[in-house]
Amino acid sequence: MSAAFRDAFLSALVSLGLFGPIVGLQTVPAPGGLALRMRPVLVGVLVALVFFGRLLFLAFWQMRRAGGAKTFQPLLSAIEKAVPLRQTGRFVAPLLLLLALIWPFVVGRYYLDLGILVLTYVMLGWGLNVVVGLAGLLDLGYVAFYAVGAYSYALLAQFTGLGFWACLPISGLLAALWGITLGFPVLRLRGDYLAIVTLAFGEIIRIVLLNWVSLTGGPNGISGIPRPTLFGLSFSGDGPGTFAGFFHLEPSPIHRIVFLYYVILGLALLTNLVAIRLRRMPLGRAWEALREDEIASRSLGINITITKLTAFAVGACFGGFAGAFFATRQGFISPESFTFMESATVLAIVVLGGLGSQLGVALAAIVMIGGSELFREFADYRMLVFGLALVVMMAVRPRGLVATRRPSISLGAARAISAEMVAQGRG
Amino acid sequence: MTKPAAMPWLLCVENLMMRFGGLTAVDHLSFNAERGQITAIIGPNGAGKTTVFNCITGFYRPTSGTILLTHPNGAEYRLDQLRGDHINRRAGVARTFQNVRLFAGMTVLENLLVAQHNRLMAASGFGIRALFGSGRYRRAEQEAIDRAKFWLDRIGLLARADDPAGALPYGAQRQLEIARAMCTEPILLCLDEPAAGLNPRETEDLGALLLQIRAEGCSLLLIEHDMKMVMQISDHIIVLDHGRKISDGPPAMVRADPKVISAYLGEGEDSEEQTELSLEQKA
Amino acid sequence: MNHGGSILAYALQQLINGVTLGMIYGLIAVGYTMVYGIIGMINFAHGDVFMIGAFLSLIALVGLAAIGVTAVPLALAMALLFAAAISALYGWAIERVAYRPLRGSFRLAPLISAIGMSITLENYVQVVQGARVKPLMPLIPGGITLMNQNGFAVRLGWLQMLIVLVTLLVLAIFTWLVTRTPLGRAMRACEQDLKMTALLGIDVDRTISLTFVIGAALAAVAGFMFLLYYGSIDFFIGFIAGVKAFTAAVLGGIGSLPGAVLGGLLIGLIETFWSAYFSVQYKDVAAFSILAIALIFLPTGLLGRAEVEKV
Repeated sequence: MSAAFRDAFLSALVSLGLFGPIVGLQTVPAPGGLALRMRPVLVGVLVALVFFGRLLFLAFWQMRRAGGAKTFQPLLSAIEKAVPLRQTGRFVAPLLLLLALIWPFVVGRYYLDLGILVLTYVMLGWGLNVVVGLAGLLDLGYVAFYAVGAYSYALLAQFTGLGFWACLPISGLLAALWGITLGFPVLRLRGDYLAIVTLAFGEIIRIVLLNWVSLTGGPNGISGIPRPTLFGLSFSGDGPGTFAGFFHLEPSPIHRIVFLYYVILGLALLTNLVAIRLRRMPLGRAWEALREDEIASRSLGINITITKLTAFAVGACFGGFAGAFFATRQGFISPESFTFMESATVLAIVVLGGLGSQLGVALAAIVMIGGSELFREFADYRMLVFGLALVVMMAVRPRGLVATRRPSISLGAARAISAEMVAQGRG
Repeated sequence: MTKPAAMPWLLCVENLMMRFGGLTAVDHLSFNAERGQITAIIGPNGAGKTTVFNCITGFYRPTSGTILLTHPNGAEYRLDQLRGDHINRRAGVARTFQNVRLFAGMTVLENLLVAQHNRLMAASGFGIRALFGSGRYRRAEQEAIDRAKFWLDRIGLLARADDPAGALPYGAQRQLEIARAMCTEPILLCLDEPAAGLNPRETEDLGALLLQIRAEGCSLLLIEHDMKMVMQISDHIIVLDHGRKISDGPPAMVRADPKVISAYLGEGEDSEEQTELSLEQKA
Repeated sequence: MNHGGSILAYALQQLINGVTLGMIYGLIAVGYTMVYGIIGMINFAHGDVFMIGAFLSLIALVGLAAIGVTAVPLALAMALLFAAAISALYGWAIERVAYRPLRGSFRLAPLISAIGMSITLENYVQVVQGARVKPLMPLIPGGITLMNQNGFAVRLGWLQMLIVLVTLLVLAIFTWLVTRTPLGRAMRACEQDLKMTALLGIDVDRTISLTFVIGAALAAVAGFMFLLYYGSIDFFIGFIAGVKAFTAAVLGGIGSLPGAVLGGLLIGLIETFWSAYFSVQYKDVAAFSILAIALIFLPTGLLGRAEVEKV
């Protein structure tokens, strides 16, 4: 026990070194420059927290060890046995779908908006899952395609006057085209290089959007983006050409929100359907084979560049759809919405959900986006908690919520493949 | 060894050179492999056997020299110039790896379906038809599954078709890798030490499988250390030492070649002595 | 872009500015390249350690002025040492908390953890120090005029000289550390083969910890100089500087220490010249484009080792 105290004391000492200067000495504006404001109490509280936190952690550790368990793993598998996520997956997925379908009728405006937000991320997650989860290509610049989709729609609408439904496929195609254009030279690169080049590409797109003022409006963005219509029925005002007028309803702004909700739900489900079908097809299997072993895939006559490119293009296309939806929902877009944080969030959703698992990604999007909404009132701490949560989750469950892989085809009953077998790809 | 002009060699390697920086791994190597035969490449460790394989299967681009593959229909393929995936797809050369390279996280069946990717891809209209579940694609997929089942039956793994490939025992993984290569329907199968790590019984099964493959018309190129198996099943043996060919001919001739014996003895390492012993036992 | 009639003088001035900036990038890049060399991960939070180093320098300088240390050289030296020491502690703690538990885990886990750490550090500093830009008055004004052509004076600031000299000094110490000491040997051994090194009885954990400590200290030096050079910092400077420094490490050939410095210099020069002759807004685009182009035509970087694909 004294060893634990010593350990906790040392941790506290380190944390004093960490927090002392940065938390304890705040630089504040003062006449003629800056001055320091001391906050010893705050530092004291933090250090005490670390001390007792470490002590608790060690006690917990000791208990596990006394119970015969050396690591977290047995504890986790015990939890898994109690909550067999894979078996319940069969029930959870339809249940989630049902809930998603009736959601607008059971909640108010705030939660409806939240639902739209979550579904947007579910869709982005499913799109990126094709690239990262199936093909094993690490894309840190997924937001670029989201941005391309959004700006494509906004500009098309502005210059050609086309509506949302006409522009949606064009936006997706343009994003896919960008994916191919970027992918063609860079997909030959080894894993981490690909990551950094995609990240750089995401930044390039953002900087161009920010500075090409004559086209994109620069930091002011584009506003007045047309809203979607239901078979030509608009959702603003009343009269013969509007939704309210056609169905003889009292005009209400909530109609449009509900409509938007179902649009994104439909788009997300389409993404899901295509991703699931592709996975069971030769192309999807080739993606997974690439993730498992690129050299073996090549020896079997699979064209690696083309196969990677298709994954990239499919992922980008869905990102583009989501972007177009984002633009029509907001009615306004600016480069601020397309920062690296978005890419990181979507990637975190995919990894936390479990690479390649559709259900896992949906659950992760609900947990992460819904969870960070809970912290909305503490806006300053929201991203801090988000970052810490990523670190903790990776320590506890590096393989994500749904870690097993389901075979794409089987002769008998399909059995899940445990995560230890499945590779994460080099690309 | 001359051949009538009407029947060209299956594989014709001429003046093959492969350098890595200052190291010459393969030095002016020339040899031919005949259609319908098992050709073995043997030699002490570091003789350049795997490098030759990697040149033939497109993983290395040779420093100089030519590798010509001639199909029965007369079509000729320069393997030293062909793109990586075309070696298999166009020229019909399949291979296995010294360290088994299966798709460990995919099932046994999936491994065999990935091998039929190009055929399935064409039948699926590059994804479009399959997305809508067309009949033509479904038939092609059923054929692919049948072919996979045929090979699984042959290597005795039909019951494990739905298990992840990485969960199979080592011997079964080696056999599965061969089955996977055969699912691409190659005309030349290149095997890099297929018997490494197998027990005597498994080696025997492997020999039988390879003879069966040959009997069905696929030619084989083999790198192997297990002399017993090499001598039993090969029609033609090429011996390399330090990147050069030191002997070339039928097993009986190679076995009696003093240059071969001295190359193996000269190595003086434990493993090589064992190889030497088994060589003498057979002799 | 008012360079009068003196093309040469203008270019020379850009060269001076570019080298100064390149030194800062190079110092950060060394940290990326070391960590990547040893455990093969992109330490995404490294840019934020640089940012923390800059903040620590600022806090120290303000604090020293408040307690009456007015001699500039003394204050600078103390602030530099303080920032390096505390940043090193941050480097150690980050590795211990966020990366060590994940060693040997799945490939993406450390990367996500690092991204999480980066977000955490940025927002931590934003919360405790405020989101506003922190100004610092110039401490080392003046310099010498190298040449004067058609009214365009090429100036070499004392500060620029200091930055280059300190960087060279730090890099010299660092090179000695890596090539001549047992620690350096252990680091290079880990780079070759982590498992084998552990089997040979070298404390791998300690070596990796020290790698993070050294990398963080170098980043803090870079942060210190960034603060002095630009005279203002905020909590977000780590991201873009980090990405550019990583670009520099890749450009130079990741895993190669001289390569990291060379890459840093190149990125600094490209950025400066691009800003001077084309457009300031697109300077980052230039740096990233060069990265993409370099990687496509030179996949191992400038000084990286070519890797023969093992089959």
